[in-house]
Amino acid sequence: MSLLAADAVSRAYETGMGWGERQKTRVLDAVSVSIEAGETVGLLGRSGCGKSTLARLLVGLERPDAGCVRFEGRPLDELSKAERLAFRRSVQMVFQDSLGAVDPRSTVRAILAEPLRHLLKLSKSEREPAIADLLRRVGLEPRDADKLPGQMSGGQLQRVCIARALAPQPKLIVLDEAVSNLDLHLQIQMLDLFEHLRRETGLAYLFVTHDLRLVERFASRVLVMDEGRVCEEAAVSRPLALASPAGRALGAAVLPAMPGATRRPARAAG
Amino acid sequence: MTARRLDIANLTVRARGGARAPLVAGIDLSLSSGEVLALVGASGSGKSMTCAGALDVLPPGTWRETGTLLVDGEPCQPKTVRGRKVATILQAPRSAFNPVLTMRRHAEETLKALGFPKPRWDAIIASAMADAGLGEPDRILALHPFEMSGGMLQRMMIALALMSEAPFLFADEPTTDLDLIVQSEILDCLDRLRKERGLGILLVTHDMGVVARLADRVAVMEAGRIVETGGIDRMFHEPAHPVTRRLVDAHLSLYAPDVAP
Repeated sequence: MSLLAADAVSRAYETGMGWGERQKTRVLDAVSVSIEAGETVGLLGRSGCGKSTLARLLVGLERPDAGCVRFEGRPLDELSKAERLAFRRSVQMVFQDSLGAVDPRSTVRAILAEPLRHLLKLSKSEREPAIADLLRRVGLEPRDADKLPGQMSGGQLQRVCIARALAPQPKLIVLDEAVSNLDLHLQIQMLDLFEHLRRETGLAYLFVTHDLRLVERFASRVLVMDEGRVCEEAAVSRPLALASPAGRALGAAVLPAMPGATRRPARAAG
Repeated sequence: MTARRLDIANLTVRARGGARAPLVAGIDLSLSSGEVLALVGASGSGKSMTCAGALDVLPPGTWRETGTLLVDGEPCQPKTVRGRKVATILQAPRSAFNPVLTMRRHAEETLKALGFPKPRWDAIIASAMADAGLGEPDRILALHPFEMSGGMLQRMMIALALMSEAPFLFADEPTTDLDLIVQSEILDCLDRLRKERGLGILLVTHDMGVVARLADRVAVMEAGRIVETGGIDRMFHEPAHPVTRRLVDAHLSLYAPDVAP
């Protein structure tokens, strides 16, 4: 039984301006995906291919028009209150835009206390050491707990969001371009942290990105999306050789490792 | 006569708040036409402040303490240089456009500010858009920002920069936030402009892949200072300063071992 699975989910959004002439744009077309415990799945695609919508459906932020999402085999719509709490605790998400993902008037302490209080039911005295521990894990200082989001850099705030996702000790974290705004050495530091947690606690990840290099480094299995469909599924090898046209286009667009070569040699051959 | 060389000499930028170290501390940079100089460093190292300080468009609360801008060796007032000798393109093109104006209105505003005579406008717009890789100019000129993709907006921003016929371009993280395919199209476009128009480009980025693709020389910044400058090959193969080494190592660790040295 998969930890989390989407079963032929479809989703359309209404577009069009003003009154009348509304039309539905289909962004997901019968997409199926499953994530097993302790697994890192890469979800790769260009902007606008539907990968973020799929991520939002998987964590229950939106409901599919057709198809269903199952948590440990049970459709999300049929979860009891206790099961829903377990789902919320087990599946966390980190968004690309960290500033938009936090309340600008809450301190870092309050941001991190929320999941500890509501999902783990920790008392106030238990929360303080937990907050300090979470901050240290993502490379911040316990004294950063007093800061407001506006007082931190984008990279620091994204690490607060990652700490918030780690707080309820989840089984799966959906990372929606969660490291793409960070400096490269911070990206790698975060990926190393994720990998360490996966080994230590069996945490699983759905890693949503357009950057094939990050999938290659971090994921064990990859799904390539194009125009609302999954067009390829493959085990990740190094270098990652994709067969679908969408996958190959993303591979060809990877920037060179060293000056002189306009394309990565391994890709030019593939 | 088109300018061939731009120098930023002894630029220091400070933030209000007294004793704190300057944001940019005595920087010297020179840029020749047809050359791409990459300015790299961690976020907060002062890359964008260097561009803003040189052109005197610093955000409130910061000011230029020292610094001279020289065009072909002649000291110039930044306000006579920006938009005329140096055009600028920014990260996040969506927030750089006025959401209620069409692309045509943006182009006309630029041309008016630069004082080009009206009869020349259509020709300048058409040639700038063609050079920025925007086909069907009439269709695109009628669009508002929300009707365009991030890649199209960035091309339009490049087209607006080209309309100034400025010989130099400051490109501040021009491809961050764009997907990799669009990113490589924009970098190809900048590469072509450097070759065909002889544009001298100061490329601000934190992505060493972008540097490897486009740059001729690299200047590495940390805490407001330039810690190392050198040709692209030496910087990748024999980085001397620890900051440069860390940037290159972090970058190469993203690649499978077959392409790393």
